[in-house]
Amino acid sequence: MSEVSSHAVQHQAPTGFIRKHVFSLDHKVIGKQYYALALVAVVTGMMLSWLMRIHLVWPNAPIPGLHFLSKAGAPGNVMTPEFYLSLMTMHGTLMVFFVLTNAPFAAFGNYFLPIQIGAEDMAFPRFNMMSFWTTFLAFVVLMAAFFVPDGPPIAGWTAYAPLSAVGGDAGPGEALGQTLWGVSIFIFCIASLLGALNFIATTLDLRAKGMTLMRMPICTWAWFITSCISLLAFAVLMPACLLLILDRVAGTSFFIPSNLVISDRLQPHSGGSPLLWQHLFWFFGHPEVYIAILPAMGIVSHILINSMRKPLLSAKVIIYCMMGIGFMSYMVWGHHMFVSGMNPFSSLAFSFPTLMITIPATLMTLIWLGSLYGSKLRITAASLFALGFLSMFVSGGVSGFFLAQPAIDIYLHATYFVVGHFHMVMGVAAIFGVFAGTYFWFPKMTGHMMSESLGKLHFWGTFIGTYCIFMPFHYLGLAGNVRRYSAFTDDFLVPLIPLHKFITYAALFTGAVQLIFLFNLVYSRFKGAPAPDNPWECTSLEWTMPSPPPFDNFGGKHPVVYHDPYQYGMTNAAGGDYIMQTSPEASPTGD
Amino acid sequence: MGKLFAVVVVVIAIASAVPIVMHTWAPPVDISTHGHAIDEQLKDTMVEAGISFLGAQLVLAFFVWQVAGRKDGPIKTFPGGARVMVIAAILLVGTEILALGVLGQKAWADVYFTPAKPDALQVQAQAGQFAFYFRYPGVDGKFGALHPDKIDEGNSNFFGLDPEHDMDSRDDVVTGELAIPVNREVHLLMHAKDVGHSFYVRELRIQQDFVPGLDLSVHFTATQTGRYEIVCTQLCGLGHYNMRAYLSVLSPDDFDKWMKEKAAQ
Repeated sequence: MSEVSSHAVQHQAPTGFIRKHVFSLDHKVIGKQYYALALVAVVTGMMLSWLMRIHLVWPNAPIPGLHFLSKAGAPGNVMTPEFYLSLMTMHGTLMVFFVLTNAPFAAFGNYFLPIQIGAEDMAFPRFNMMSFWTTFLAFVVLMAAFFVPDGPPIAGWTAYAPLSAVGGDAGPGEALGQTLWGVSIFIFCIASLLGALNFIATTLDLRAKGMTLMRMPICTWAWFITSCISLLAFAVLMPACLLLILDRVAGTSFFIPSNLVISDRLQPHSGGSPLLWQHLFWFFGHPEVYIAILPAMGIVSHILINSMRKPLLSAKVIIYCMMGIGFMSYMVWGHHMFVSGMNPFSSLAFSFPTLMITIPATLMTLIWLGSLYGSKLRITAASLFALGFLSMFVSGGVSGFFLAQPAIDIYLHATYFVVGHFHMVMGVAAIFGVFAGTYFWFPKMTGHMMSESLGKLHFWGTFIGTYCIFMPFHYLGLAGNVRRYSAFTDDFLVPLIPLHKFITYAALFTGAVQLIFLFNLVYSRFKGAPAPDNPWECTSLEWTMPSPPPFDNFGGKHPVVYHDPYQYGMTNAAGGDYIMQTSPEASPTGD
Repeated sequence: MGKLFAVVVVVIAIASAVPIVMHTWAPPVDISTHGHAIDEQLKDTMVEAGISFLGAQLVLAFFVWQVAGRKDGPIKTFPGGARVMVIAAILLVGTEILALGVLGQKAWADVYFTPAKPDALQVQAQAGQFAFYFRYPGVDGKFGALHPDKIDEGNSNFFGLDPEHDMDSRDDVVTGELAIPVNREVHLLMHAKDVGHSFYVRELRIQQDFVPGLDLSVHFTATQTGRYEIVCTQLCGLGHYNMRAYLSVLSPDDFDKWMKEKAAQ
């Protein structure tokens, strides 16, 4: 008992505004901070995509107010080709790093991982605070690129060398803007490594009594596996960014070979390899896809189990599949480089594991689908987004079959088919996981219920809208429409412009629908009905505590866990159809 | 509302498949000797992926239709449980991998594992911000050496040739258009002047990056005369969207005539 009280003393809530809301050590505040940062990033990234979509179909039309964003990039409010590339680069970087890595993993993981395993906080609260503020610094550095004279970088979120490495000769934005990009991602890597270590240590060391690894909810597993992936992936991207920065500012030539003539100037570099950057980048870049999607898989599984009122056919299989995917994600990076000029034999070596990785992905889909059978599915905004995730994951997944095959990739590489594929599977599917998580956990995080009607309206607009945007991308790709073009002036691309117009309308519509979500978020935060402790009748630990949870989570007590979180479908002592993980009541299934 | 979800999913799934089945936005006609293998594989994959896509979406819709909002009756488990799913996934995807992955490697091998024939027409392609240039070796059959410091676009010395000191380069023919004879193999030697670029001709089913510092090549045989666009598909800077050239596939006679004209210039 003395141990309990000493913990309670350590965990006195801070009273000052700064320690409470800004430099907070509380994992719940940090989780919300990550969420808020992701929200700012996603709104920015989405607005950039609108500008791009408008420019693509009306290349010469002025966009009112655009010159406020960049005088040089939009003279007379008409976007220049280089400014289009800047927006594209910033869109990709913001979305991949600051949204898809932050929201499903860092935000929800921070908030709920410690609670779901019965811990008072993360293992290293100061590291945790540092992770967030380092991420914030990375964000500020990236956004600063909008305000430097030559504007943001134009080399895409993949920053292929030597375009990204040689400096201002390669084009506007490739001067200071690209350096800021490199510095920002370098800082982001540090933050992610700190966060990943913290998640791993917390999961392994701070589980409550009775919380065996296999009793952790699937989303906890997903965050844990994701942190293991992050630890390896960002550990490679970080030095790669450092080398890129050195090439740019210190005159080294890691990624720049000799005899390059750029802007009529023979570059003073020799001996580097552009393919080295691609290998290092994609060694991070492919696992990054799983860093974005695994937490969404976990969140969706958690919500589906709760909404179906029955366990999955096998939670173990889902967990092993996620481990398998995490492990295999390191063997497939070369499938981004089939036509890059690397040894064509290695293309085959990368193609097989890429096709193999569809086995765990298919298996997970089958388990989710098969589990729906015979359930008592409750339709809520959260469960609709979880079901929408399944549909999107399948749609985005099957196009992977094409791109995994080097021969087909010869034709489809660098077309909109690829853009459609990754937007659906890692963008939209992951974001659906975030939406599902938001509707599900908002009552716990704020103490207020979200409006279900607005949530459902948001779902329908988003579900139909995103299909209207991203399914046609595949058609464009099949017709050979190449990506990263700021205008379609080629003869063969001109007939595709009507389809592009349709996509632009769909994108503007879907974007507008997100206003419903933002409104719901803000309105419910202040005016939403008070949330009970366990509105969804869910079994995991976060639902044993008040909404919102107190500062030290369990009020100084140490929860004891008796069951796995899949105890649904029976009749409990109170007449409900579930047994809490912390309930000592015997379960008919035995665990 | 669950039933509405089921209906919407079915509508989306069918609507998505219609343009594919109708070939509304299909790849253009293949004009290469190797392309049919790629097209075949694309078609086979489309069938398998299409079945997986429609199957999964329809099953999702069907189950949601059945169980959404169900309050009465017992919870049921899918017959066979997880075991059936594991076996199904391994068998279904496993055979798919065998079929596509193993058999399909032939198409890749056709392009990359067979060397160009010795009598193939050699052409060098140079990609630079934001234009392609092509060089033919001339009557001596030899390319002159490249001197990057001598590149002078103002004087049309795009490759950095040194005809004053280098005999081999004197008869090299440099053009902005790639003309090739029909039904004769072309061995394209790829050289990047500045940053990464790519050579993409949809009709030829050829896409290959230019990588600075690497000597890469592709070889292909065009089977139909005509004029086709060559576009850059590797982001290379602000003019990327406008970086293109034309491929003219000519009859052997027309090609010889064209070559003579260019050599005379």
